Amino acid sequence: MSKILIRGAKVLGGEPQDVLIEGSQIASVGVGLSADGAEVVEAAGKVLLPGLVDLHTHLREPGREDSETVLTGTRAAASGGYTAVFAMANTFPVADTAGVVEQVYRLGQEHGYCDVQPIGAVTVGLEGKKLAELGAMHESAAGVTVFSDDGKCVDDAVIMRRALEYVKAFGGVVAQHAQEPRLTEGAQMNEGVVSAELGLGGWPAVAEESIIARDVLLAEHVGSRVHICHLSTAGSVEIVRWAKSRGIDVTAEVTPHHLLLTDELVRSYNPVYKVNPPLRTERDVLALRAALADGTIDIVATDHAPHPHEDKDCEWAAAAMGMVGLETALSVVQETMVETGLLDWAGVAERMSFKPAEIGRAKGHGRPVSAGEPANLTLVDTAYRGSVDPAGFASRSRNTPYEGRELPGRVTHTWLRGKATLVDGKLT
Amino acid sequence: MQRHLISAADLTRDDAVLILDTAEEMARVADRPIKKLPTLRGRTVVNLFFEDSTRTRISFEAAEKRLSADVINFTAKGSSVSKGESLKDTAQTLEAMGVDAVVIRHGASGAPYRLATSGWIDAAVINAGDGTHQHPTQALLDAFTMRRRLIGRDAGLGEDLSGKRITLVGDVLHSRVARSNVDLLHTLGAHVTLVAPPTLVPVGVESWPCEVSYDLDAVLPKSDAVMMLRVQRERMNAAFFPTEREYSRRYGLDGDRMARMPEHAIVMHPGPMVRGMEITAEVADSPRCTVVEQVANGVSIRMAVLYLLLGGNEPAVSHARANASEEK
Repeated sequence: MSKILIRGAKVLGGEPQDVLIEGSQIASVGVGLSADGAEVVEAAGKVLLPGLVDLHTHLREPGREDSETVLTGTRAAASGGYTAVFAMANTFPVADTAGVVEQVYRLGQEHGYCDVQPIGAVTVGLEGKKLAELGAMHESAAGVTVFSDDGKCVDDAVIMRRALEYVKAFGGVVAQHAQEPRLTEGAQMNEGVVSAELGLGGWPAVAEESIIARDVLLAEHVGSRVHICHLSTAGSVEIVRWAKSRGIDVTAEVTPHHLLLTDELVRSYNPVYKVNPPLRTERDVLALRAALADGTIDIVATDHAPHPHEDKDCEWAAAAMGMVGLETALSVVQETMVETGLLDWAGVAERMSFKPAEIGRAKGHGRPVSAGEPANLTLVDTAYRGSVDPAGFASRSRNTPYEGRELPGRVTHTWLRGKATLVDGKLT
Repeated sequence: MQRHLISAADLTRDDAVLILDTAEEMARVADRPIKKLPTLRGRTVVNLFFEDSTRTRISFEAAEKRLSADVINFTAKGSSVSKGESLKDTAQTLEAMGVDAVVIRHGASGAPYRLATSGWIDAAVINAGDGTHQHPTQALLDAFTMRRRLIGRDAGLGEDLSGKRITLVGDVLHSRVARSNVDLLHTLGAHVTLVAPPTLVPVGVESWPCEVSYDLDAVLPKSDAVMMLRVQRERMNAAFFPTEREYSRRYGLDGDRMARMPEHAIVMHPGPMVRGMEITAEVADSPRCTVVEQVANGVSIRMAVLYLLLGGNEPAVSHARANASEEK
């Protein structure tokens, strides 16, 4: 059985410890562990985290393999320190049947860089009209527990209510893309001072907030749990805070880019900043950070949205919405949450591993770094400083808003069930 | 002057006055038997129109031809936004043909900015209207018209519009003319008031250098110029206002309302006018209405812009500019 000794790592940012991996499991955690027969990874000064879990990834396969595949997407995930990703359903064909979700799940297992947990569509074809076969997707080999029409809002209140009720039978959760469709017709960016000046169609905060308000009330009424995707406004934070104080079973995610970037960047008309929901204001960014720190927002999810160059190298209105995020997420969180003093590394582990695994019921992920647990681990050089170079990305797409920007921290090693997927920053 | 003209907000007060003064020189050419200058001989200008606009295109074309430029007209209506690469590909094709300037009209806000800043081409870019963003030459010709009418043709040379009270009425939300005018008129020292139903005023307008009113009758007596904006009838279907008649009653300009304006005040419209709804025939055809002058002034302004952007360091026509230049 292969043995790996990770020596002197700050486990969850705490005191240096050694972690011994035997086979697929953590054998022991302690100080001064014997290196006998083990490959040694010197980790002094680095932070060891449980393998990160992304509840919101777009892998594009099947259908848009020109932008990403399960292979390239999971390699990007491993580069970013992830050991499990939840793949959104808006593929071609849509992941609304057991067959499609099983294919995506199987590709993840075959490639071996990262576990891929497919998310099933809530409605057939993401059309918002008829429930997809949620039970069949759950019972398939993929074992789907998270359902979302992400990219589109389940805007019909009755369909949303039924979905929330239906998935209770097997502990599922509906992840809502909160976007009132009529209020966002022609929307190109956050509605406000900048959109008024640039003459770009506005995506008002209330279009997100009104759906969140409705859905938490629906979840309360039927006693279900609901998850809010990529929450982006200060008002949304207030609604989720209120819902939680009322005991409603709601969880919420924020993307790294909504923790860092504002709509002022759209003044460049560079479509690399075009994303849905749109970049908001400084006030929103600060509210999101505070909410992530105090637990109102439960997790960070990337909304990794790869697009080929030609879909971004054009005028703003014609460009696709989305940004890649798997390979920069931890760095952005370090800059916006850790280096600002809002979160410690244990808090990062909670929001990027433990909690997303719990919301998505990802087996074997988001587990403590202790003996007997699966060896899903991520080692981070937090002292690293460097500018982002998309040419080095494992993702097939390069649509990052951080090109040339200096971000702190670098994932050096990732282990998936004891097998290294990333060593010294290089994929295996 | 900068190399491109993308937004009226990019112009300094001195840039703008220089353009207006140069346009006065250009206007004299129109009074000559042969309305042509050799200024841009050997230069190639392409009119790249992704959106229909016969008036603007012809105006630019006339300006280019009066300056002796070689003119290429390129219309690619419709397909541009659905096929985003067409803008880049088209631009590079024109670049390969040795184009010196691109006059671009595009349905997408920001398209000219992308063209000028993405490294796709080297040519000078002139925005002839982009989406609901900007239409800077329209604002310049409007300011030119105001300066002539409110100050005077020769008296206006070197002058801006300090202290003038300008009112813009109508669909501000969707209007690139409104955005351009607010920016430029503010730069030129004018006091701007927007009047529209609240549904046609953008969220975020509070950051603009102007006032907003929902009450046309209250603003009219304090206006030196009233510019009516075009209102598309389809806005009614999108619930921006209840009916055409109600819009007309509250925000249309008829003879009674015009009578409440100061005697010297003018009525402007960027055209094409929707007679009966936003403006009555009585007003449109009155001597106070400057619509036809605006069209003529548009050619002079575009000549001035092309001349200045394409390296016009010497006075274009006479030496009348020399004094004004020294003031800077």
